[in-house]
Amino acid sequence: MEDRLRELVPGVLGVLVRRGADFAAAEDAVQEALVEAVRAAEHPADLKAWLVTVAWRKFLDATRSEAARRRREDRVDAEPEPGPVSGVDDTLQLYFRCAHPSLTPASAVALTLRAVGGLTTKQIAQAYLVPEATMAQRISRAKKTVSGVRFDRNGDVGTVLRTLYLVFNEGYSGDVDLAAEAIRLTRGLAAGIDHPEVAGLLALMLLHHARRPSRTAPDGSLVPLAEQDRGRWDTVAITEGVGILQAALARDRLGEFQAQAAIAALHADAQTAAETDWVQIVEWYDELVRLTDSPVVRLNRAVAVGEADGAPAGLAALAELDPDLPRHTAAAAYLHERAGDLALAARLYADAAHRAPTEAERTHLIRQAARLNARA
Amino acid sequence: MAKYLLLKHYRGAPAPANDVPMDQWTPEEISAHVQYMRDFAATLEESGEFVDGQALAPEGRWVRYDGEGRPPVTDGPFAETKDLIAGWMIIDVDSAERAYALAGELSAAPGKDGKPIHEWLEVRPFLSAPSSDLDCH
Repeated sequence: MEDRLRELVPGVLGVLVRRGADFAAAEDAVQEALVEAVRAAEHPADLKAWLVTVAWRKFLDATRSEAARRRREDRVDAEPEPGPVSGVDDTLQLYFRCAHPSLTPASAVALTLRAVGGLTTKQIAQAYLVPEATMAQRISRAKKTVSGVRFDRNGDVGTVLRTLYLVFNEGYSGDVDLAAEAIRLTRGLAAGIDHPEVAGLLALMLLHHARRPSRTAPDGSLVPLAEQDRGRWDTVAITEGVGILQAALARDRLGEFQAQAAIAALHADAQTAAETDWVQIVEWYDELVRLTDSPVVRLNRAVAVGEADGAPAGLAALAELDPDLPRHTAAAAYLHERAGDLALAARLYADAAHRAPTEAERTHLIRQAARLNARA
Repeated sequence: MAKYLLLKHYRGAPAPANDVPMDQWTPEEISAHVQYMRDFAATLEESGEFVDGQALAPEGRWVRYDGEGRPPVTDGPFAETKDLIAGWMIIDVDSAERAYALAGELSAAPGKDGKPIHEWLEVRPFLSAPSSDLDCH
């Protein structure tokens, strides 16, 4: 039931905003309506219409009591006026508003999860490991920031996609599966807008998510791609992701998410790690470098070159990059091991563990060092 | 109940008895150690004594105010700094004895050859809010 309700959130909120409700107040009203819906013993057939009615009533009540208390003018008449917006779908507008460029990424993420995703502040706080009061404040400030924003055309799709990708990458803490939530929200966006990069991001998420069951061992340690049990990959998600990607690529408007999805698809396509088409993967990394000029992409490309053309070629590509890049040392350790210099690789793995950004990576890297040291 | 901070140090604590760096252990010894730490935290969560636990990266900077309108001064990291905190666990327990017992248990985590590390952990009581029946003079 809660899932069904949450799917309706963006549409209901969109209706209130279109009727002229202030965004921040409308968002509060929708959350209250959700609480009432969860408590209700029975639900009408047209749940969305019911939610709109309840949320609108909550909004009017709140606005009126506030107006009375502060002796302000009633801003809203009982009969709703159509807003100034025309031609832009309500739900889409909500995505653009919640990822508005005036917000910091952390605020955009929180607001998107609440206003578009329908999560409670408590759930979002748990997912990001911050106190609920902190998250409530972050959301409240974000709402104020974007409350006055008017939309007469679609905003920047890129900022929406980056926000959704941030949610996806946050991972798995708390009782909300943020990766699954990001996929759900990206599906909603893809349903409302015909854009190859939206499709590309959805494909990328599906292809990555398909590997999740095999990515960690039962004891919580990381399992590298080459060692994953490919029988545990989710073939339904892979098939869907590849289909979406192919349709997007056919439109010949390449972007970074499509290129990343293409790389993920090539990994998914290999029955064993040895069958991976590294030559094609390097070609896609070349496209990605062209599209993004990102040093992180160049680092990943160097590792792929090491697989396609041999470790010395990979090390040569790595040598052109800034050694202070995150995970540079880990990549160097891996390539030196492939090149046969085990003592150097062990030292580099230990050094990389020292700089690892997460505990799981630190343990993984120190284990690699230990494995090589035990062999010597 | 009283809260205690169990502090783990990268540097600054007396050397433990079983002082072999982790990259010299076998992969199985590392797994056993990680499992021990996970079980320890899980047991405390079950007993209702766990509050928080975090690990810190080994490198950080020193920062201080440098006057109106100026950016703060950053310096370091300093290799000679004696004390370097690796992480902490906060527990909420009935007595100092219980806090020491738990710290002792944590210090028994297995290391090289599966033997306890005997790592020194710093146990620090929190200053708590004044209780309601106490007048300050």
